Amino acid sequence: MKIYKTLERYTEKPDAEYIASGHRACQGCAEVLALRLAFKVLGKNTILAMATGCMEIISTPLPLTCWRLPWIHVAFENAAAVASGIESAIRILRQKGKIPDVPINVVGIAGDGGTSDIGLQALSGALERGHRMIYICLDNEAYMNTGIQRSSATPYGAFTTTSPPGKKSIGQSTWKKDMPKIAAAHNIPYVATACPSYPFDFLNKVKKATMVNGPAYLHVLSVCPTGWRIPSELAIEYGRLAVRSGFFPLYEVENGVFRLTYKPESLIPVKEYMKGQGRFRHLTEKEITEIQERINKEWERLLRLCEATKP
Amino acid sequence: MKRVGIEVSAAIAEAAKLARVEVISAYPITPQTHIVERLAELVADGELEAVYMNVESEHSALSACVGAAAAGARTFTSTSAQGLELMHEILFIASSLRLPIVMVLVNRALSAPLSIWCDHSDVMAARDCGWIMLFCENGQEAVDSVIMAYRIAEDRRVLLPVMVNIDGFTLSHVIEPVEFPEQELVDSFLPPYNPLFTLNPERPVTMGAYGMPEIYTEAKYAQEMAIKGSKAVVKEVMEEFGRVFGRRYNIIETYNLDGAESAFFALGTINENIKTAIDALREKGKNIGLISLRLFRPFPSEELIEILKNLKRLMVIERAMPQGAENTPLFNEISSLAFHNRLEIQLENYIAGLGGRDVDPQEFITIATNPFQKDGKMNYKVIGVRG
Repeated sequence: MKIYKTLERYTEKPDAEYIASGHRACQGCAEVLALRLAFKVLGKNTILAMATGCMEIISTPLPLTCWRLPWIHVAFENAAAVASGIESAIRILRQKGKIPDVPINVVGIAGDGGTSDIGLQALSGALERGHRMIYICLDNEAYMNTGIQRSSATPYGAFTTTSPPGKKSIGQSTWKKDMPKIAAAHNIPYVATACPSYPFDFLNKVKKATMVNGPAYLHVLSVCPTGWRIPSELAIEYGRLAVRSGFFPLYEVENGVFRLTYKPESLIPVKEYMKGQGRFRHLTEKEITEIQERINKEWERLLRLCEATKP
Repeated sequence: MKRVGIEVSAAIAEAAKLARVEVISAYPITPQTHIVERLAELVADGELEAVYMNVESEHSALSACVGAAAAGARTFTSTSAQGLELMHEILFIASSLRLPIVMVLVNRALSAPLSIWCDHSDVMAARDCGWIMLFCENGQEAVDSVIMAYRIAEDRRVLLPVMVNIDGFTLSHVIEPVEFPEQELVDSFLPPYNPLFTLNPERPVTMGAYGMPEIYTEAKYAQEMAIKGSKAVVKEVMEEFGRVFGRRYNIIETYNLDGAESAFFALGTINENIKTAIDALREKGKNIGLISLRLFRPFPSEELIEILKNLKRLMVIERAMPQGAENTPLFNEISSLAFHNRLEIQLENYIAGLGGRDVDPQEFITIATNPFQKDGKMNYKVIGVRG
């Protein structure tokens, strides 16, 4: 697989924009940046099925729309099911000669809540059925659209409005659900984690997702300045810190083979990543040390997985 | 036209095949299963060129139909009871997105207690979801209704999903003589689905945008106008179906109503037993008839008023038990019509046949010959309930 280094070599029309300016995303929103980049790879022949969430609300106040691609929103939990219906329709209509025989990227998009909580069943069903579709989870680690409530993707210890720290609470009391590995457990051809703070890594993964014969799952860490309580100009920086600290490793799983796509020479302390984020402000040194230990273990485990699945 | 003895579920699958459905998405639930099993076989054997999607839930079954219909395919699904409840959220969205999905609802009682047998509590709980709703009494009607349903749904004056209701077991699992129309004749009656808009990269559209308070009311009003307006199209389609296939249907069906003073009002297969009771009553000189709706949504108010004007007594038979309501859904519609149109008619409300309970024709004879007694504190009488 060719690894692209610059955006220009990436797409037929690098200047093409498929999400119009004037949308209502917050300043510094990494989600909308991720999508903007992804569409440059996906191109014009793309159909989007989007779950309820930030991206839907910022982009489509009737009768306006930001989408220059065919786009449909149905409900919160069924982006994968809707996308699989679209893919099935396209398959049969093409077979019957009713639509042109050109490749179309069918893309399901949902946030971390729409993916790892309420939409998990529909996603699992769609992955199991083997539709040729790309599913992108935009993970900003909480229900940000409704005002920062915890999801199963919220990191341990984080403040949200429904996991508030208090005398008897550390904040979020469970560890982040490992969605990419759950997706990989469906034995689909391609699973990857990505972050728009590493744009070329991300773009390559989107490109790979378009090339596999079957479902592809992309789990994209999307820094949310509003929910994470950080200055909006630091969204890209915090994405980098998440990756460099091992909090959010960048890897891919191609036909069961794990591979780190970015391996820092050494991990920076998670404290470097967590400090400055309002959602972790209440944590004590001891608690941060505990989180560091857990991150180390997860990282070691990931390295061993990469080693063990090496072809 | 060939006439064969066939299980009604299998006949419905054959009707979907005649309609050339392109995407079928369904989850197994009794008593609906035989329909989609047969469709899966037809696709597996190459007799029907379609995608059969084995989805993981009814919620996804209808969601996939929404996606497939939006992408321009003719879609089919079928469910019962709890399955319909799991689809409930998407029922509203399918109709609001104006997608001509056809679903056969094999009517079944809702849990709890768990019951796989027939009543209408499932459809009545979904009656205001914006779907056009048809009811059938026999296998032939079910087959013809599926074909008509696509023609109605895809009419550009309509563009709404259609639910074809058939009673679980008492219709779905019986073997009946059914006439299947020739494929060429169906093709001429039902042209390929040609949607106004699809999810097409050459002509991108946004479907399912969110509506601010400034626009939501107008969107819902437009939708209401569409379903109200669909009644004329339903009539037109039924008339044309009669011309093409020789079997004539009306949005309201009546039995022995000419000159009748009183009538039963009911939906579905229970009508067969009511008709038996009516025949017996007629022999005794009682002038009584039956009114049933083939079209339940949109509610055929104007046509019903014309019929009810000539009656003195109407006995509404409902196969669903409302919880905490003033009256049953069917009765509420009828009494609202009667009140607002100042009809001088005695209305009585009965609940019968819940969860597959048989209702003997004798019960209807008793109802017809005895004046209405209030059932305790209820405004309706529950037939056959044991103390």
